[in-house]
Amino acid sequence: MNRYVDEIRVIARKILEEKAVDLIIGFKEGSIPMMTEPVLIRDAAETDQLYWDSFCFMNLATYLPKREGKIGIIAKGCDSRNIAVHIVENQVKREQLYIIGVPCEGMVDRRRLCSLVGDKEVREIAESDGGITVRGEGFGHTLKKADYLQDNCIRCMHRNPVLYDAMAGDLVEERKDPDPYDDVREIEAMEWDERWEFSSTLIKDCTRCYACRNACPLCYCPTCFVDESGPQWVGKSIDPTDTMIFHILRAYHCAGRCTDCGACEQACPVGIKVRFFTRRLNRDVFDLYACEAGLSIEERPPLDTYRPDDYDEFIR
Amino acid sequence: MTCPMTDKIFKKREFADFLRALKKTYEVLVPVREQGFYRFKAIADGEEADLRFTNTRLSPKSFVLPQSERMFEFTLDEKIEDAHILKEATRAYSPTAIVGIRPCDAKAMRLVDVNFNNPEFRDPWWVKRLNSITLVGLGCSEPCSTCFCTSVNCGPFHEEGLDVLLFDLEEYVLARPLTEKGKGLLQSGGVERDADEGSRNKAHKLRREAEERITSHVPTDKLGQKNVNDLFDAPFWDDVAFACINCGTCTFLCPTCWCFDIQDEVIRGGGDRIRNWDSCMFPLFTLHASGHNPRAEKVQRVRQRFMHKLKYYVDKYKNGVACVGCGRCVRYCPVNIDIREVFRLMNEL
Amino acid sequence: MNSEEDQLSGNPYLPYPARIEQIITETEDKSLRTFKVVFLNKADGERFTFLPGQFCEVSIAGKGEIPLGMASSPTEKGFLLFTVNRAGVVTRYLHNTKEGDILGVRGPLGNWYPWEKMEGKNVVVIGGGFAFTTLRAAIVYILHPENRERFRGITVVYGARSPGLLLYREELEQWEKRDDVNVHLTVDATDDPGWPYNVGFVPAIAEQKITACDDSYALVCGPPIMLKFTQPVLENAGFEPERIIISLEMRMKCGIGMCGRCNIGDKYVCTDGPVFSLAQLNELPREY
Repeated sequence: MNRYVDEIRVIARKILEEKAVDLIIGFKEGSIPMMTEPVLIRDAAETDQLYWDSFCFMNLATYLPKREGKIGIIAKGCDSRNIAVHIVENQVKREQLYIIGVPCEGMVDRRRLCSLVGDKEVREIAESDGGITVRGEGFGHTLKKADYLQDNCIRCMHRNPVLYDAMAGDLVEERKDPDPYDDVREIEAMEWDERWEFSSTLIKDCTRCYACRNACPLCYCPTCFVDESGPQWVGKSIDPTDTMIFHILRAYHCAGRCTDCGACEQACPVGIKVRFFTRRLNRDVFDLYACEAGLSIEERPPLDTYRPDDYDEFIR
Repeated sequence: MTCPMTDKIFKKREFADFLRALKKTYEVLVPVREQGFYRFKAIADGEEADLRFTNTRLSPKSFVLPQSERMFEFTLDEKIEDAHILKEATRAYSPTAIVGIRPCDAKAMRLVDVNFNNPEFRDPWWVKRLNSITLVGLGCSEPCSTCFCTSVNCGPFHEEGLDVLLFDLEEYVLARPLTEKGKGLLQSGGVERDADEGSRNKAHKLRREAEERITSHVPTDKLGQKNVNDLFDAPFWDDVAFACINCGTCTFLCPTCWCFDIQDEVIRGGGDRIRNWDSCMFPLFTLHASGHNPRAEKVQRVRQRFMHKLKYYVDKYKNGVACVGCGRCVRYCPVNIDIREVFRLMNEL
Repeated sequence: MNSEEDQLSGNPYLPYPARIEQIITETEDKSLRTFKVVFLNKADGERFTFLPGQFCEVSIAGKGEIPLGMASSPTEKGFLLFTVNRAGVVTRYLHNTKEGDILGVRGPLGNWYPWEKMEGKNVVVIGGGFAFTTLRAAIVYILHPENRERFRGITVVYGARSPGLLLYREELEQWEKRDDVNVHLTVDATDDPGWPYNVGFVPAIAEQKITACDDSYALVCGPPIMLKFTQPVLENAGFEPERIIISLEMRMKCGIGMCGRCNIGDKYVCTDGPVFSLAQLNELPREY
């Protein structure tokens, strides 16, 4: 069991017993290997359900908007940044929250593990410090966890929660070395038609199930533009143009707000690397405004801000 | 007079020849691994089927009920006679063989058929497509731990819905024709040699062993007799639904989900009426023009999905549950909502 | 080929082409218009036989289809009437059509009011807002000389938000003058001091006027909130749930029980309904 689990349970039990919160949003152990299920706990006696491992890839901030009362929530670095975004965007109040921070050394990409074993069924997973053991019928491997992280975790610069009321473990060292946008540059180096081909292939298998959008804490609009019928902005078939419009527009809506938690990619049932769209815009926002989303609860997202002394002619 | 169905046999290394022979008569769809997962694809020259798969990521339902399908076409150009009048889009229903379909996915087509082909109405596209397809099943010698087919009137070598069932006997493949259509396919594929008793015994053993390897079971015995409103008002729905993000993964991957939307699309003065897969997970699915929505809340939509599969369908068709135990929703739900647990909750209420 | 086979071999999604012959603006806010529609092919019109309570999918190429109950009675030959509230994509388009424009009609669909069971009985008709359409068809059907003998007295309780929003005003006035019809009109509110009828919500007026069940059937159609509060009124008046007949609305696409969205429990409103008895609905989940 992961070293953070005990501490998460202790904190959760305490804040429920002390009535510091009405409920806790956390993870419970999944019914199959490499999965966890978001869970809502109201009773201190049930806190033993809470769980943590390297497959807590969903972003629990998704469950915050429109929730009343005092909420305890478990957050890794990227999740805490999304919580900050929600606070800035008035989806939840800071006073409503008790954030149990979990230092994060990266989530393991279950698909990466699966392809290592040639899509054979993984029946058992065990984690040790820095290592992960994968077993199935006729195979068993012990691997270095760091070699099988999610793409976003490989490039993560904020592994510790930026906002928390208690920590479930000691802070981990932030990495200085990753090149956060190497993948974006790789695509930018392509010719235009090559780039178009790349993006079109990327979304070829999209079924428009909207798991990426719905897993994303930022997509809390009551009615998404793809669901609007009066006027209808985009067609509903799997016509490649309509599918592309969905992905590009969604990325634009997240520009300057996305914390690159990777939940969208992990949720996608057909493994589309949807972060290529959001990351490109994250990079632009970083270059243009020196801003990374969710590092502060004081500052509004750059594309949501207006200053009379803006240096751009068109906006004045 | 039709001859009795006799098990046939051919060498496994002749599988490619078998497919090649079929291609003269059929469009042949086989499992291939592409962009990270298995899918059925029309086989091109020089390509091979990859039979190491457990199952395809998406169910093959799209070959009978495409995700987007043109129903009608029309022109809005009033200079043309028949402007604004819908015409059926012409289409061909050429003979197609899906080779390697898993028995659960074939059974699913039978379960869905009662919706599209009923005593009152017949969906012409579903019926004609299904008629034009020959289903050549490949028994699951190595089922997954998330497969629970044997609990839901199905199994790793279940024959319902298939035209041919293949048994992988390592060196040989035993081909069991189950319908006249299937017999015809084997003839087209040049499979003529009758199976000997030894092979038939091996096939029997393979099936039994595979069935024993299904370790995941769900209870269904009490679903039929439960009162629908007791289940509807059951206390567990909030817990079941909490994690749900209301995406369409479960419904789109599911071989027995058939709900669809109808949309008109117009471009340059003409257009199509198109039907697209839809999902009961989406709020728009039931939203009235007035703004009223009988299933406005997530918990109502989650309940609808499970109630439809495990209660409404059961009551309506007296045909068992609308689930074949393929386990796709279990494996690919991003928040691990496990239908097996819902079976238990509903059955044991 | 018998007619059942004919229906099965045809394409149940293909609308019959039809022409808008006349457009009548029903309400002062112009939100409701009645469309008189004629089939382009005579044969389609002859094949189209229905009973009040049934509906059609009305189709606009390029916009889509919507379910609309027939506001006309089958005793009115040669055309169909649809009264349409301006609300969504198709209805907004319909409101901008002109006489002569082409549309499509697919149907008749769904079931109908229980005409056989209602024979020899009194009929109480309770409607609210623009859901009065198939109730109008029902009243016209009963009052037709061919049918009048088959049924006993008619009581109508019909309400709208304001006087200007009542449908079919001329007909209401004619029905009022008859001995065999009791008409109780009501509005939620009005500032017209000369308003000669009732003021109050439909359930409240129904409670005043319908005091006995008196070997009657009640046909009820209206917005969900009205349905909810009218049910107990009728039950208190002694109506058995089998004799409270409710016509429901639901978002639909196919209209033929295939697309899966209009279910209430294991029933589809499009094929098992839209007409249900309260007894039936009591057995089903309350999700409408």
